[in-house]
Amino acid sequence: MSLDSHIPSGPMAMKWSKHKQDSKLINPKNKRKFTVLVVGSGLAGSSAAATLSELGYKVKCFCFQDSARRAHSIAAQGGINAAKNYQNDGDSVHRLFYDTVKGGDFRARESNVHRLAEVSVNIIDQCVAQGVPFAREYGGMLANRSFGGAQVSRTFYARGQTGQQLLLGAYSALNKEIAAGGVQMYPRTEMLDVVTVDGHAKGIITRNLVTGKIESHAGDAVLLCTGGYGNVFYLSTNAMGCNVTATWRAHKKGAYFANPCYTQIHPTCIPVSGDYQSKLTLMSESLRNDGRIWVPKKAADIGKPPAQIPESDRDYFLERKYPSFGNLAPRDISSRTAKEVCDEGRGVGPGGRGVYLDFAEAIGQFGQKTIAERYGNLFAMYEKITGEDGYKQPMRIYPAVHYTMGGLWVDYNLMSNLPGLHVLGEANFSDHGANRLGASALMQGLADGYFVIPTTIANYLVHQKPGSVTAEHPEFKKALEVCTAQTKGFLNSKGKRSVDSFHRELGLLVWDKCGMARDRAGLTEALKRIPELREEFRTNVVVPGSGEACNPELEKAGRVADFMEFAELLCLDALNREESCGGHFRTEHQYPDGEAKRDDENFSYAAAWGYTGDFAKPTLNKEPLTFEEVHLAVRSYK
Amino acid sequence: MSQLNLHLKVWRQNAGQPGHFQDIEAPEIPDHASFLEMMDIVNERLISKGQEPVAFDHDCREGICGMCSMQINGVPHGPEKATTTCQLHMRKFRTGDTIWVEPFRAKAFPVIKDLVVDRGAFDRIQQAGGFISVRTGAPQDANALPIGKVVADAAMDAAACIGCGACVAACKNASAMLFVSAKAGQLNVLPQGQPEKDRRTLGMVRQMDKEGFGNCTNQYECEAACPKEISVRWITKLNRDYAVAAVKEALGNTPKVAGGGD
Repeated sequence: MSLDSHIPSGPMAMKWSKHKQDSKLINPKNKRKFTVLVVGSGLAGSSAAATLSELGYKVKCFCFQDSARRAHSIAAQGGINAAKNYQNDGDSVHRLFYDTVKGGDFRARESNVHRLAEVSVNIIDQCVAQGVPFAREYGGMLANRSFGGAQVSRTFYARGQTGQQLLLGAYSALNKEIAAGGVQMYPRTEMLDVVTVDGHAKGIITRNLVTGKIESHAGDAVLLCTGGYGNVFYLSTNAMGCNVTATWRAHKKGAYFANPCYTQIHPTCIPVSGDYQSKLTLMSESLRNDGRIWVPKKAADIGKPPAQIPESDRDYFLERKYPSFGNLAPRDISSRTAKEVCDEGRGVGPGGRGVYLDFAEAIGQFGQKTIAERYGNLFAMYEKITGEDGYKQPMRIYPAVHYTMGGLWVDYNLMSNLPGLHVLGEANFSDHGANRLGASALMQGLADGYFVIPTTIANYLVHQKPGSVTAEHPEFKKALEVCTAQTKGFLNSKGKRSVDSFHRELGLLVWDKCGMARDRAGLTEALKRIPELREEFRTNVVVPGSGEACNPELEKAGRVADFMEFAELLCLDALNREESCGGHFRTEHQYPDGEAKRDDENFSYAAAWGYTGDFAKPTLNKEPLTFEEVHLAVRSYK
Repeated sequence: MSQLNLHLKVWRQNAGQPGHFQDIEAPEIPDHASFLEMMDIVNERLISKGQEPVAFDHDCREGICGMCSMQINGVPHGPEKATTTCQLHMRKFRTGDTIWVEPFRAKAFPVIKDLVVDRGAFDRIQQAGGFISVRTGAPQDANALPIGKVVADAAMDAAACIGCGACVAACKNASAMLFVSAKAGQLNVLPQGQPEKDRRTLGMVRQMDKEGFGNCTNQYECEAACPKEISVRWITKLNRDYAVAAVKEALGNTPKVAGGGD
């Protein structure tokens, strides 16, 4: 299959306007005849479902949580970028576009990024109109803060809970449409499979997580807004329920999975404290605006209380290595540098896996009250988890898996290579390249849902006869049987090990071999061990309870089975990409000073993998990345 | 890090059937573990003994999604102030403690299984008016409407509600007034929320009554249990907004309540 990204012609700044002009229209009377299935209710899913319903489409929206408001977008803390230039500090659509392409280490599709920067300004307008309580100045104007990878202040925020406030805005729009009868909401419902009819995505199979009933839903198009795959590492900042099932099952039905090796490790997380740990907690990168990151210069000092280490014996390693960005260096670079100093034996805290984030100077300068106003909830969160007071002693932080840039391949219309299957937000691959800048995930989720898909979906639907496929179609029956059989298989397995124990083992393996630094030997070993683990899972997992009721162990079993299969593709992609870029760091490919060494000649492409069968090698399809506007350069933040 | 030996009394129930407390011993629990991680450890042990693990709701485990619940020693989200169950850590308990773990109890929150309850009533209340009717793409520039910091901060205080239902579980009447007043209040204080203020207030309050939540008798248990410290002053505001809207309605000055798609 050819990979046509359908990028509009013309100058970069005009592509989206031109595409909107050229996009098909469906008249209001006909829109009502189309049913769109939206899987996921985070920023991308809620905003898409609400907006499509406003336009007149019939929408069914599904989420596995008990309410749409609980999707994991809720947990984003720091903010959302927009090129408003309210600060008059030289920001513009072009600068946001440039920063994002450069931040992504030149592995994103330029045209998509430019569109993202263009609609960023509309998002803020939309959210304010919905009543999202962004931070404001005394004069009543919106406030901004700085974020990593940018030298302008373009981040809008709502205390430390920007994600919750934006999601509540989208959720309120969704509620408005549910009340109006345009959206039918299915909470506590998990998607198990995509149903294809004549090569088109025409429905999904779901499991009701309360009754256990496995059901078919037919539609004219399917939107996957199901987030990322960070939980393949078991420990991550993702919510416990975040999973790869929707995108992985779609992949097995023919959708290409692109760039899975681009995983983001967030620098400011609370370090691991023991093997019972179920998740890692992120603290907003906005902390790096005022906190200074350091470790002792000498490994001998790591056991000393930090207050007893004089200034002259501290290494503010980000300020030293990246003087112009300092503590606000991008996430991939900050994380890797933290790992380096810990590898040198200079890490602090349990296991030597931590660095200090110190607010003493900022508290001295602005007072504790001001710092508390800015980050109070984060200090409180830190205290709850560690039992330590971040105002009195430096916090300890360590990088953790946070976001995944890879995802299902989509064209400019956000449609995958599987006709009818659209992919939005973190679940797709297109906008962040090999590394995402802070405060850009919320921007992308809402851009895709509010502004892109409502225009581009018509380009697919206009060629479809509405309601042409119903859930009576034999393909639905077939898919339903496969899902039912899998569920029964888990319940009938008479093994000894819990699902979580397998997930933990998989996570440790993938983190070790395909985490912050990767090499050929490690990846090869992981590719050997994952199939062995899969085989043990098949024969030795135990899933108590029944399939006809609420059964969290059964839900986890399906998700972990998919993570195991997906982990192989993740490692394979990392092995194939013989370069270092963004979140993908191959130790074989670095400059003498340890900086990532890209290979534009051979790897300036998106790797879109096609599924060929269980344990079979996937096909590699390449979408060449061409850069018209941004000059390819070594990504320097020095 | 030290370890705790605990005795748990955990509510077990299948939907539609009577429930009971089960005694579960929980030895050697690391004091750095969160309450939910303690439950994970307990469940692992139950599974290894061939028993069914305890079902409980949870997702983000960082105190913001509002999915975790649990009545711990009779208090929603446990003893720690302004803390969700997922953020409660075992260092707050002592070895030898007996801990009672129950689901959130309210007629409007039926038990699905063990500690999992159905809080769909909260969604339906918000569908009855908890929004501003603005179409995507229609708004003016965000800074065209200045909103004073005091008003913006007040809206943010209300918006901090995570919809967990602790306020309901804490109330002897199972009243949802703190939740409803925070949700309505956020929009009712903002200038954008004024045009629909009356129908929003009437719609949400009436849906709340329909769902079977009890009345507020001003004991403020809700505020004490709220993990986000939402103030009961929002209830005062809701009562005021409701009185004004009801009078206007009686005089024939309010359009039909929200939710009808009119």
